[in-house]
This record gives sequence, structure tokens and C-alpha cells, in this order.
Amino acid sequence: MAARYSIVSLVRNAFGYHEGWQRAWRSPDPKERYHVVVIGGGGHGLATAYYLAKEHGVTDIAVIERGWLGGGNTGRNTTIIRSNYLWDESAGIYEKALQLYEGLSQDLNFNIMLSQRGVLNLAHNLHDLREISRRVNAIRLNGIDSEVLSAEEIKAMVPILNISPGARYPVLGGSLQRRGGVARHDAVAWGLARAADARGVDIVQNCEVTDILREGGRVTGVETTRGTIMADKVGIVVAGHSSVLAAMAGFRMPVESHPLQALVSEPIKPILDTVVMSGTVHVYVSQSDRGELVMGAGIDGHNGYTQRGSLPVIEHMVAAAMELFPIFSRLRMMRQWGGIVDVCPDASPIIGKTPVENLFINCGWGTGGFKATPGSGWVFAHTIARGEPHPLNAPFSLDRFAAGKLIDEHGAAGVAH
Amino acid sequence: MLLITCPWCGPRDEIEFSCGGEAHITRPSEPEALTDEAWADYLFNRTNPKGPHAERWVHTHGCRRWFNVLRNTATNEILAVYEMGKPRPDGEGS
Repeated sequence: MAARYSIVSLVRNAFGYHEGWQRAWRSPDPKERYHVVVIGGGGHGLATAYYLAKEHGVTDIAVIERGWLGGGNTGRNTTIIRSNYLWDESAGIYEKALQLYEGLSQDLNFNIMLSQRGVLNLAHNLHDLREISRRVNAIRLNGIDSEVLSAEEIKAMVPILNISPGARYPVLGGSLQRRGGVARHDAVAWGLARAADARGVDIVQNCEVTDILREGGRVTGVETTRGTIMADKVGIVVAGHSSVLAAMAGFRMPVESHPLQALVSEPIKPILDTVVMSGTVHVYVSQSDRGELVMGAGIDGHNGYTQRGSLPVIEHMVAAAMELFPIFSRLRMMRQWGGIVDVCPDASPIIGKTPVENLFINCGWGTGGFKATPGSGWVFAHTIARGEPHPLNAPFSLDRFAAGKLIDEHGAAGVAH
Repeated sequence: MLLITCPWCGPRDEIEFSCGGEAHITRPSEPEALTDEAWADYLFNRTNPKGPHAERWVHTHGCRRWFNVLRNTATNEILAVYEMGKPRPDGEGS
């Protein structure tokens, strides 16, 4: 059991010149057999293992990660958290995630630096305004906080925003979820890994799954670059590589993988204390604790696994950001990167059973998976432990595509789908 | 940025084109005879490979004509450009 982090441990280690800190999690060699193998050591996979151990008493678990912990989309997103989704099914799961986030630092004994600074969605035309009113009403009916703001109220919140009527993209109003905000994405992965490890979960990094072993329509284990690992149950939580893993198990998926890009500016003094999103002009921006502006762009139109993305996509996003925030025009952007997102036809995730018995999949979060991390792990742990989905993720089954019960959330972000 | 060779206009920047998704998906001739699963497979399921991928592109800001491209999704290397209706040049898939 890892030592608890507290003010006392901080002081004690300060006197030891901070040389006495333990490793946050072990780095064991994989055993030959586990009850549950979770493929993918990102936030969702680690949350799955953590809640399997915490809520369902399953501790004979390996989390297998091809690279390093949280090195995929968990470390590549723009860290925005919100639950302002239109449909009841989405409201249920995203709100569950937000509520878990609100208690996660205490629960994990790891500061995930959750900052509920509000998430603002802008309206630039009459259609946007009407759509925002409709969404805010639907969201409030689901008991989730959301409100409509006028352009003047937005200007009071974000004085640097250009709302002049002559602007290329005039701001007519917007919606605000005050409980939304940002969290430190790496800390979410590290905190979940440390807490899962403390409950006995083996986290195996630098271990790529090369095949999924089956016998009579039932999963029996996985072949990896570090040997064969047998398992009673296997969960696939690999985001952009979901189709690749599904192909190993012999079934097809309704997802396509695209690079999604983000970039950060040089650090500047505090100037933006909320998250501003605009679906119409396609940009979302917030300021990190280090002072960098974190901006998210859209996905490339074509499929890709390159973790780079195309330049025109960034150009489009930066042009929009300059129109909204003329004050940013002299900022230099320091870093740009891409993550591979798995996009579903209805922009909603797939969390549940697969055609292979005891093989489960959690994917399709597309451009907005970070906000769902704890909720996704919580319902997926239930699904793996019980063999049946929780009511919160039952609507997100793989067979909804054959049944025609799609959950169309293309407008949820207003951006990036 | 991709440099795509339009069969009619020659090599042009990616911004002139739009991607139309996976190629060689044939609409079933008798949709009413299909099971829900088979119809969903046609409508939603995609191969989404990490490697060579046959896809449709249109030269939107040029000649506005469609063609197929074989592109490696792991490296962005364009392996072949060929006419719609022709089989994949690498002999894979349908």
C-alpha cells in the first residue's frame, strides 16, 4: 500500500530533500493468468481497473499498455470537463462522470487539480441562439446546471472577447455550465494508476497486444509482446485503435479513426479564467495554470493513425481564435500535437458487450472522452464484473446500430465532430 | 499537408480536396431483403485499417471529379490514385 499523500508527508519529505518519495505505482512483469485483462492504460482503462477493484472487489487485474501510462489521448486532450449534453442517455453518463470528478481528488488521494471555472458556448447567429435555448432547457430538465447568457453578460465574464456588431463572427449570446471546467489530465491518469495499483492491480507498460485469443466464441486471453496472458474476461479500452483490436477478435466496428489536434501558446499572465467554446467558428480555448493558452482544433476529414494531423485544420482554428480574441494575435504557439480519436456515426460512445463472449469494449468517445473518464470506467467496470451493462451504459451498446437506436450527439460539443 | 495527384489536374494541395470515406462499399441491390445486422454493416461498419486504406476523394476546389486513393493511414503515404469503379491496385479487399 502506497503511503498517503498529505501535508504531513509533504513536510516530512521536504526535510529529507524530497529524496524519500516512493514510486507511485509498481512496474510488475505480467503474470500468466488474470481474472480480468484491461487493454489500454489511458484514463478510461485505468478508471475501469480502479472501479473494478473498488466497487466490485475484483483485484486480479492487469492493465496492459502499449506505450506509457496516459501517453495517448489522455495526455493529448484539452482537459475540458462538462456534462451539458442534449439527450437523456448522454446526460446520464456524462453527469455521472462529472459528479465522480468532483470527488476524485479526495477519493484517489491525488490532486487532479479540478477547476470548475465554467464552460461557455458561444452563439454567433439566430440559429445558434435558438439551439442554445433548446439545449439549455433540455439539460436543465435533466437536473444539470446550465444557463443562457446575453452578449453583455458574456462580455462581463470575458472582457477580451470581441463582441462588437461589426465583428466577423458577432457574439449574440451563449450558454454557460458553471460546474464545468478543466482538470490536470496527467494527474487523472497518475492518480487512477496509483489508486488502482494500491488495490493490487498490475499495470504493465510497454506491452503491446498482438492477438486476442478465443476458443469457441469465447475469449481466453491475449498474445502480447511480453508473452501470452490468459484471462477470464478482457476489456478493450484503446480509443483510436479500437478497429485494430476488434479485427484481431474477428468483428467489425462502426468507428473511424481520425487525428484530432491541439496546441498551446507561450505562457502569459492570467487573462482568461473560463473555458470558451464556439461550434460555429470552431475553436475552444482555456488558459492552463502555467499560463499557456490551450486551444483545440477539429479532426482531419480523412482517416489516420499518424498522431500529427493536417496544417489547414490548425490554420482554420487559429483564424477563428484571432477573430474572437484579437488580443491573442501576437502570441506565439509553442507546441502542436495530435491524438487519434475513434469517431462513431452518431458521435456517442460504445460501451458494452461484443460478439465474442466475455470480451467487452469501451470506445467511440471520439473528440470528447476526457470529460467522461471516471464515469466511463465506473460503468465499464460494472459491465465487466456483472457481464451485463449498467442502466447508464445500456443505451450505448454496440447493437444500437442494428436496432437503429442511435444517440445523435453531433451538436453536443458544437465543435469538433 | 498531403499532396494529392488529381487524375485530371495533377498534384495539388490537400485543401483543394474533400475526403469521401472508405471506397468500394456497394449499396445492396435489395435492401429490403437484408437483415437489420447486414443493413447496419453496410451503413455503419467500416474497416478503418492502420495501413493501406482505399478511400474516395473529390477535387472540390478544382475539377470537382471523384477518384479513389490508396493511402497508408499510419504514414500518410499515397500508394496509388485510380479511377472509381476499378479494383484496388494492391489486390486487397473488394
